[in-house]
Amino acid sequence: MIPMSVLQKTAEKLMAKAAIEIPEDYLGGLRACANTEKGDLSSFVIKAMLDNYDAAKEDARPMCGDTGTPRWYVKFGNEARVEGGPIALEAALRRATAKATHDVPLRPNRVHPLWRTDHNNNCGINAPEIEYAFHPDADWVDLTTVHKGGLFGSDYRMLFPSDGIDGIKRFYLDTLVAFGKRGLACQPAIVGVGLGGSKDTCMVLGKQAACLRTVGSRNPDPKIAALEEDLKTLGNSIGMGAMGFMGSSMVVDCHIEVGYCHTGGMPMSVHMFCLSSRRATARIFADGRVEYRTDPAWFTDYMRRSTVEWEKPDSKVAAE
Amino acid sequence: MSGMNTVELKLPAAKEHLARLKLGDVVYLTGRIFTAREGVYKRAVEDGAGLPASREEMGSANFHCSPAAAIEADGSYTVGAVTATASFRFNKWLDGWLKISGCNLIIGKGGMTSEIYKSKLVPNDAIYLTTVGYGTGALLGRGIRKVVAAHWVKELGLAQAIWVLDVERFGPFLVESDLEGNSLFERENAKIAANIEKLYAGTKPPTLARFGETDDKTDELI
Repeated sequence: MIPMSVLQKTAEKLMAKAAIEIPEDYLGGLRACANTEKGDLSSFVIKAMLDNYDAAKEDARPMCGDTGTPRWYVKFGNEARVEGGPIALEAALRRATAKATHDVPLRPNRVHPLWRTDHNNNCGINAPEIEYAFHPDADWVDLTTVHKGGLFGSDYRMLFPSDGIDGIKRFYLDTLVAFGKRGLACQPAIVGVGLGGSKDTCMVLGKQAACLRTVGSRNPDPKIAALEEDLKTLGNSIGMGAMGFMGSSMVVDCHIEVGYCHTGGMPMSVHMFCLSSRRATARIFADGRVEYRTDPAWFTDYMRRSTVEWEKPDSKVAAE
Repeated sequence: MSGMNTVELKLPAAKEHLARLKLGDVVYLTGRIFTAREGVYKRAVEDGAGLPASREEMGSANFHCSPAAAIEADGSYTVGAVTATASFRFNKWLDGWLKISGCNLIIGKGGMTSEIYKSKLVPNDAIYLTTVGYGTGALLGRGIRKVVAAHWVKELGLAQAIWVLDVERFGPFLVESDLEGNSLFERENAKIAANIEKLYAGTKPPTLARFGETDDKTDELI
């Protein structure tokens, strides 16, 4: 049984970590951009961002003043049991969100869409979002918080099989060019692409591809992995760099996730996770032990399964 | 990067100092600034509330931002990081706001169009500085020396309130518009435009179009 006090304390720590510390994988990707960027203004911007990450860490202050819209991803091991059950866990995550908003402090971004009511704690109706997933043969719980920016860089479109890969590339470019101008998307960004699913699934997959995979990771389908590389190169050949100034630093990496969709369509979503790619994960074990990391490890063979029954891939079985 | 010109600007800024700034110059600010965005504009301009304090107390530099900040139980303030929010959304209140506030410096994210600069900022002798990144919130947070006041917290909430701040070597910012109303972003967009045409060459429009791609609402989209 995992104690609720450990879960809440861990959640509070994750909120601060996400806001303050840039994940190593994104930092490595941005340094690679800095090395190849030739535009004066775009280079200046990236240099300022690298200085800013250092300042944030040294002063333990958020790297960006817009601390996004905090949300949670919870992955339950099939054998995991939490004290008080899922209702207690949801309460703990809301408490941690409110407490961190005051203590870090984070900007209380969340307001009612019509009345603009602000509880000053990033909690309200349907906020923070909590998404769930599960993992076989495990007794731990993974908590991940993501504080993604909330205004620019995402779009959805119903494409059709006849639009093909060229249609995917065109809509990808449309989104990057539209939100890249003046740097509204706060690029260089991790671009997530959702392909397929129903409309809501398509948006969820694309957002998770941007926020829950690390720079350098590739989709296990080799042809999709090749398309990820293609789209990354394509995005960086627009001629646009940081803040929309001339340059080549638009995409730190591109991640694609797919879901089976209606036979007539090919829905697509694009999401951009910004210069302050805020994410942090912890695994909480049955004995109360906690391990922090920056890779959410959200997409697994189990999450991407395509068969009716879950069967471990042969390689995994052989390794165990 | 070596070609970047860096300027230290004291606030309130005199017109002749603003006149010397060129598009793309790097600017650091020292003096008094305040935050104001849509909530403030609506209240001050549309609802006719005016300013919550004198111009002297507020300063003459309007930062389009809300800080990651908290008010403690004893009434003191904690400010962590500050980052701008996108400015193009505030156009409709701009002229009225400049007249009420007397600001000659707008600091924000992403700028506005040169058309707006020429029609709204230039007649008020004002220029626009853009934040860098846009996420240098920690560096900017370091430049804050003192929270002078927070106005309209009760009416607008922490995120929309007016935060009056004394800052020192607060930056970096880039000069996005000058006193003639030229725009750095537009200059850069024009340079990139030719390549974008090449990038799209040979691609076909999607099978299903959307309104926005045609403005004629009687058009078919298939």
